Amino acid sequence: MATTPEKKSASKKSSVSEDATRANRERPTEPVPYKATKEELLKFYRDMLLIRRFEEKAGQLYGLGLIGGFCHLYIGQEAVAIGLQSALTPGKDSVITGYRDHGHMLAYGIDPNIIMAELTGRAAGISKGKGGSMHMFSTEHKFYGGHGIVGAQVSLGAGLAFGHKYANDGGVCLAYFGDGASNQGQVYESFNMAELWKLPIIFVIENNQYAMGTSVNRASSEDQLYRRGESFRIPGIQVDGMDVLAVRGAAEVALDWVRSDKGPVLLEMKTYRYRGHSMSDPAKYRSRDEVQSVRDNSDPIEGCKAYLAEMGVSEDTLKVIEKEIRKIVNESTDFAETSQEPDLSELYTDVLVEQY
Amino acid sequence: MAIELKMPALSPTMEEGTLAKWLVKEGDHVKSGDILAEIETDKATMEFEAVDEGVISSIAVAEGTDGVKVGTVIALITGEGEESVPMPSPKPVAPHPVETKAPNAPNTIVPETKPNPSISVAANGAMQTVTLREALRDAMAEEMRRDDRVFVMGEEVAEYQGAYKVTQGLLDEFGARRVIDTPITEYGFAGVGTGAAMGGLRPIIEFMTFNFAMQAIDHIINSAAKTNYMSGGQMRCPIVFRGPNGAAARVGAQHSQNYAPWYASVPGLIVIAPYDAADAKGLLKAAIRCEDPVVFLENELLYGRSYEVPVGDDHVLPIGKARIMREGTDVTIISYSIGVGLSLEAADRLDEDGISAEVIDLRTIRPLDKATVLASLAKTNRLVVAEEGWPTCSVGSEILAICMEEGFDDLDAPVLRITNEDVPMPYAANLEKAMLVNADKIVAGVRRILWV
Repeated sequence: MATTPEKKSASKKSSVSEDATRANRERPTEPVPYKATKEELLKFYRDMLLIRRFEEKAGQLYGLGLIGGFCHLYIGQEAVAIGLQSALTPGKDSVITGYRDHGHMLAYGIDPNIIMAELTGRAAGISKGKGGSMHMFSTEHKFYGGHGIVGAQVSLGAGLAFGHKYANDGGVCLAYFGDGASNQGQVYESFNMAELWKLPIIFVIENNQYAMGTSVNRASSEDQLYRRGESFRIPGIQVDGMDVLAVRGAAEVALDWVRSDKGPVLLEMKTYRYRGHSMSDPAKYRSRDEVQSVRDNSDPIEGCKAYLAEMGVSEDTLKVIEKEIRKIVNESTDFAETSQEPDLSELYTDVLVEQY
Repeated sequence: MAIELKMPALSPTMEEGTLAKWLVKEGDHVKSGDILAEIETDKATMEFEAVDEGVISSIAVAEGTDGVKVGTVIALITGEGEESVPMPSPKPVAPHPVETKAPNAPNTIVPETKPNPSISVAANGAMQTVTLREALRDAMAEEMRRDDRVFVMGEEVAEYQGAYKVTQGLLDEFGARRVIDTPITEYGFAGVGTGAAMGGLRPIIEFMTFNFAMQAIDHIINSAAKTNYMSGGQMRCPIVFRGPNGAAARVGAQHSQNYAPWYASVPGLIVIAPYDAADAKGLLKAAIRCEDPVVFLENELLYGRSYEVPVGDDHVLPIGKARIMREGTDVTIISYSIGVGLSLEAADRLDEDGISAEVIDLRTIRPLDKATVLASLAKTNRLVVAEEGWPTCSVGSEILAICMEEGFDDLDAPVLRITNEDVPMPYAANLEKAMLVNADKIVAGVRRILWV
């Protein structure tokens, strides 16, 4: 197995054993990096690259005024969505997240054209142009949004997990939220009910170090966020969220735990966003050096590239993938720019399902 | 001197109860803290404790007696060494006024239900008398039998049988999978219910009262109401949020508020506030079957009232349709929920003076049945809104705006809002009574616009 490249900012060994000493309860096993085949690793690389290039393009379109309002980019965090969602069973498991949701949709293989068209507010967008960047859904993929209120998706995700259990369909809900949301009260209300009722849910804290402009240690009295579920008896695992194989390895352990009716599990993904919180973020709360240092030492895509090189994948192969991805992203841009805005009559549709 | 033991009020809304069982007999010596009897209230069976020490000299009300008014003397205790005196008469002693009824009863007494021509009846037309809380329970039970996706979740809905006994018996019939007690975490369980609805279930989320739903209003509005629109019609949220709304009795400012105007202002929500048991049942069944999120506002003071309800499990009423409760020609009184009873009482009083009032129950607050309101205005040319809630930005305010915008030519007088006073709910009985809307205020408002 290839070794993980040097990680500076985000690598912290998972701390299952440390917690086991604090509580005499069964805990998930210590995750190990996923042993990906070359094909799987190439797919992870390709999928992460698609998110990276898609988001870079979205940033450009925002600058050109084609995307309005809020636009939260996933650049830097790609390994989290790809590592986790690649472990799910399509059509069975469900996913819900907050407003930084483009990457999670792309990770599900949802057509980039209709995602980009939603960002530009066009009729062909996945929400007919009525949702925008923060409100995208694909019930076909069991992707339930796309939620703009910080922390709401955690309770909603517990509800999706409740549905899996109620229907006894064997599904698991993956509910993502950020380090900022991890301080919201309803998160703990949901932790309590999820463990009490042994709901099949994986709580994923994407700790990208900053809740808008406030760093974790300025907002969180317990800044080791994987411990946040412990007083509800939810085991927590801290994971290097910049390493797609570490993420996937943790996903396997978490899924095993949840699928064997042991209740929820909490994964803290230590990750980093390179861009601002949203597009209008002056980023005065951190130095350029800090961002550059993560890019240089911990970038998830560069890390994946290094694994691929060790497996003997040539630069040329990667260049072909790069070219293919750029083509997909450019096509989605053309599609999103040229497709029509919603008809004005759409203003009044979809308010209610039924007629009264 | 014998001490009179009176039928106690064991809940804020209790007016009478059943003396279920005596745990002492005549001649027994009792001391403070002894359990004397079990009393069944409108909500639960409660133990009645002795406060004074002495000998039970007389039991005036036999066990198993129903409908014992609060304040009725049920037994006498004679102090140590005193001669035990039998009760002079089994007739209840005229009780103290404050103890006879729920303290603000003069405001909240709802007149006898009148037969209603517009109500749908079962195929065979058979009716039965049930309390409003039973009608709500029957609606849930019938829909749960019909559709496995329907479940009930909330505080004390299962093992406790409902804080107001609305979910009584559901746990026994449907089990813990479908009748779920939650921790006291309104924000969280409203979110769990909403997420379950997004995932394809049909949750009924009970709030112990809508005052506590303020903790959860984010999910009701941001998560439930907006989902269908912001997903371009892709993701639905068929959920019912239900529970008592509006003033109860003597529970003060934080437990006495009408949220109908709050929810009615939100596109994407259905808001229903029924008055009687037949409507409560027929509209709750419609709400559970509905594809849209519904806020279903009940009234605690009406839970114990009995009304005629069609027999059978097919009584489903249309959402969004008002009901003419009483036809009239001189003035229209628009109301909903408990205000309907007060409006009917006012209409009776006006009738004695030769004023013919038409009373309309909105039943659904959103979408609002403008056509019925405007047709009545066109007939009577005068309109008031009677609302148990604050006046500012009220449902009444909305009706006023509709009358101005779409019924201006039919107006012979200004439209008035007859509402509660614009203050938080006070505790003192006299202040509470003064704060609430009542039939007198409605009569006075009608007279004002008739200049009589």
